[in-house]
Amino acid sequence: MAATDTVSPPAKRSGMRWLVVAIPFAWLLIFFLIPFFNVFKISLSTRARALPPYKPVFDLSEGLSGLWSQIQQLSPATYLQLVSDSKYWQAYLSSLQIALISTVLILVVAYPIAYGMARTRAEWRGALVMLVILPFWTSFLIRVYAWIGILGNEGLLNGFLLWTGVIDRPLTILTTNWAVYIGIVYSYLPFMILPLYATLEKMDDTLLEAAADLGCPPIQAFWKITFPLSLPGVIAGCFLVFIPITGEFVIPELLGGSGTMMIGKTLWYEFFNNRNWPLASAVAVVLLLILVVPIVLFQNVLQANEAKK
Amino acid sequence: MVGPAIGPIRRSFAPWNDPGVKPFIEFRHVTKRFGEFVAVDDLSLQIYEREFFALLGPSGCGKTTLMRMLGGFDEPTDGQVLLDGQDLGGIPPYRRPTNMMFQSYALFPHMSVWDNIAFGLRQDGTPKAEIKARVEEMLALVKLEKFARRKPQQLSGGQRQRVALARSLAKKPKVLLLDEPLGALDKKLREETQFELTDLQMKLGMTFLIVTHDQEEAMTVADRIAVMDQGRIVQVATPAEIYEQPNSRYVADFIGDINILEGHLAPAPPGSTRLECAATGANVEVRQETAAPTGGQAWFAIRPEKVRISLDAPTDPSVNAVRGEVWDIGYLGDVSIYHVRLSTGATLKATITNATRLVERPITWEDKVWLTWSHDAGVILTR
Repeated sequence: MAATDTVSPPAKRSGMRWLVVAIPFAWLLIFFLIPFFNVFKISLSTRARALPPYKPVFDLSEGLSGLWSQIQQLSPATYLQLVSDSKYWQAYLSSLQIALISTVLILVVAYPIAYGMARTRAEWRGALVMLVILPFWTSFLIRVYAWIGILGNEGLLNGFLLWTGVIDRPLTILTTNWAVYIGIVYSYLPFMILPLYATLEKMDDTLLEAAADLGCPPIQAFWKITFPLSLPGVIAGCFLVFIPITGEFVIPELLGGSGTMMIGKTLWYEFFNNRNWPLASAVAVVLLLILVVPIVLFQNVLQANEAKK
Repeated sequence: MVGPAIGPIRRSFAPWNDPGVKPFIEFRHVTKRFGEFVAVDDLSLQIYEREFFALLGPSGCGKTTLMRMLGGFDEPTDGQVLLDGQDLGGIPPYRRPTNMMFQSYALFPHMSVWDNIAFGLRQDGTPKAEIKARVEEMLALVKLEKFARRKPQQLSGGQRQRVALARSLAKKPKVLLLDEPLGALDKKLREETQFELTDLQMKLGMTFLIVTHDQEEAMTVADRIAVMDQGRIVQVATPAEIYEQPNSRYVADFIGDINILEGHLAPAPPGSTRLECAATGANVEVRQETAAPTGGQAWFAIRPEKVRISLDAPTDPSVNAVRGEVWDIGYLGDVSIYHVRLSTGATLKATITNATRLVERPITWEDKVWLTWSHDAGVILTR
C-alpha cells in the first residue's frame, strides 16, 4: 500500500524538523527564559547587606525542605514599592512619553530621507544605504559622547550660532530633554530609514502614473497611494525604534540632566548606586511586561503582512 | 445580450478616406529624445474619432513613447500633440481627457476593486450617487459585480485585466490608451478578450489607441494599424491593406509569413510589372503598376498561402511557375508549410490547408513539385 511507503520518510524528516525547531527554543531557554526567571526571583527577594546583596540565596544543601522555606521567604514587596512610590511609575510614563514623541520625530525626519533615497537613480541607492549604515562602524557610546561636544555651552552648535549672530548668549541644550531628543533621533534614525526605504523602493512607479492618469495631482497621489502602501515600513520602523527607546539608558544619562526621567536610568541607579538588586530587578520585569504589548502587536503586524503575500 | 448590428457600421467606417472629416488626435512632426537616443523621430499621424487605432512594432520602436506623449507622461522634445483641436503641450496627465490602461494594470493594491474603479470619479469630485451608479455600470460591463469587494491580489490575471479596463473607462475619456493590454494573458483568453475589446469599443463609441507588438492582436482589433520602426511610421493602413499590400519589405516581413525574392525590374506591358529574378530562374509577372525605373532593384513578396503546390505541370501557360523539390514540411495541424528548394538554391514556402484528415501526404519529402501563383497573388516592393 502506498500509505505504508510514505510513512517512514516523513517520520525521519520530522526528526530533523524537530531538531531545527529545538535549537532556537534551546537558545531562548538558556539565554532568555532562565536568566529571566532568575531576575524575577531576585525581584521577589529582600535586600540584604551581603554578597549577593539579597536574600534568600537558593541553596540546595539544606534539601527540599530548606528550599521550601526559602521559597516562602519570597514576597512581592518590591512590586508594591514600585506602585506606591510615584517616582517609579512617573519614570515609566516619562519613558513611554519620550519614546512616543521620539518615534514620531524620527518618522518625520526619516520619511523624506527614505523617500529621497528610493527616488534617486538605481546606481546611487547602494551608496546611500551604505551611508545610512556607516555610523554603525563607530561605537554607539562614542557617537553619543560626541554630541556632548556639539551641544554643550562651549560646543560647536553654540559656537556656530554665536558666530553667525543668531544668538548673543549660549543656549542651554545639553542636560535638557532637547538634548535627549536630539540624541535619540540621531541614534535611532537608521532603524527607521531602512524599513521605510525597503518598502518605498519596492513600490511600483506606474501606480503613481495611474493615479495621475485618473486625475490625481502628485501631492494627493503621495497621500492616497505612496503613504498607505508604505505603512508596513512605517509600522515596522516605529516598533523597531519605540521598543528600545523606552528602555534607553545611555542617551538620557550622557545628554540629559537631572530633570530627564527615564526608566533605564532609574534601573541603573537602583542597581549600581543603591545596590537594591530586588527593586532593580522588579523595575526590569515591569519594563519587560510593558514592552510585551508593543512587541506582540509588532509580531501580529509582521504576520499579517506575511499572510498578505 | 444581442448588441447593435456592428457589421454594417464596421464595413462602412473609413473617416480617414473622407477629406471632410477632421482628425481627432494629431501628432505634428513629433520628436522625442532621451539623451542621445531618438525614441520618436519627426513623426506625424492622424487618428479619427471612434477609431480603434493600433501602433504596432517591435520593442524599442517608439510606439509606447508615442502613446505616453498623448497620455502626458512624456512631453515631446519637438512638435505638437493635439486632441480634439486642443494642443496638449504642457498639460499634466491629471488634467488630460485621456485614460490609460497600463501594461502591468497598475491597480492600487490597497484598494478594493470598487475603490479602484471609483478612484478617478472621486478625484473629479463626482457626486456620490453618480459614482455608485457609474462604478456599478462599469462592473456590469466587465462582468465583475461579484468581485467588487475583493482586493486586486485576490483576483486572477484575467479579472485584474478587466478591473484595469473598467477603471480606465469609468471617467469616459475622450481617448482610451491601451498599453499592451493583453500581454499578460494566456493565448485563449487573449483571443477572447480581443473580440470583447472590439465589441466594447463599438458599443461605447469611443476612440481607442492600442500599443502592441503582437501583429495578430493588432489585426484583430484595429480599424487601422501604424507599423513603426525606429521612431518612424513605415505604413498606416487597414489590416487587410497592411497584409495584402505592404509598402516595404519591413512591413511585409513584420506581418505574417512571407517569401521575399530579390530581382531587377524588366520592361513590362502597361498595368503590370515584370521582375527578372535570379532566385526563381524565371521572370515574375505581377499585375501592378510600378513607378520605379526599369533595371532598378526590387523585391517580389508573396504569402505562402498564395503559392499553389502541385505534382503536375500547370496547364495555363500564363501563370508564374517554378520547379523545385520538397525540402521540408512543417505540420501545424490546420495547415502544412512546405519548404521547396528551387534549382537555383533558393527556398520558397507554400502552405496547404489540411482540409481532410491527414493519413498519407499527397506530396511528401523529396517530391519534385511545381509552384504556381497568379499575377495578382504577390506584390512588387521597391524598398
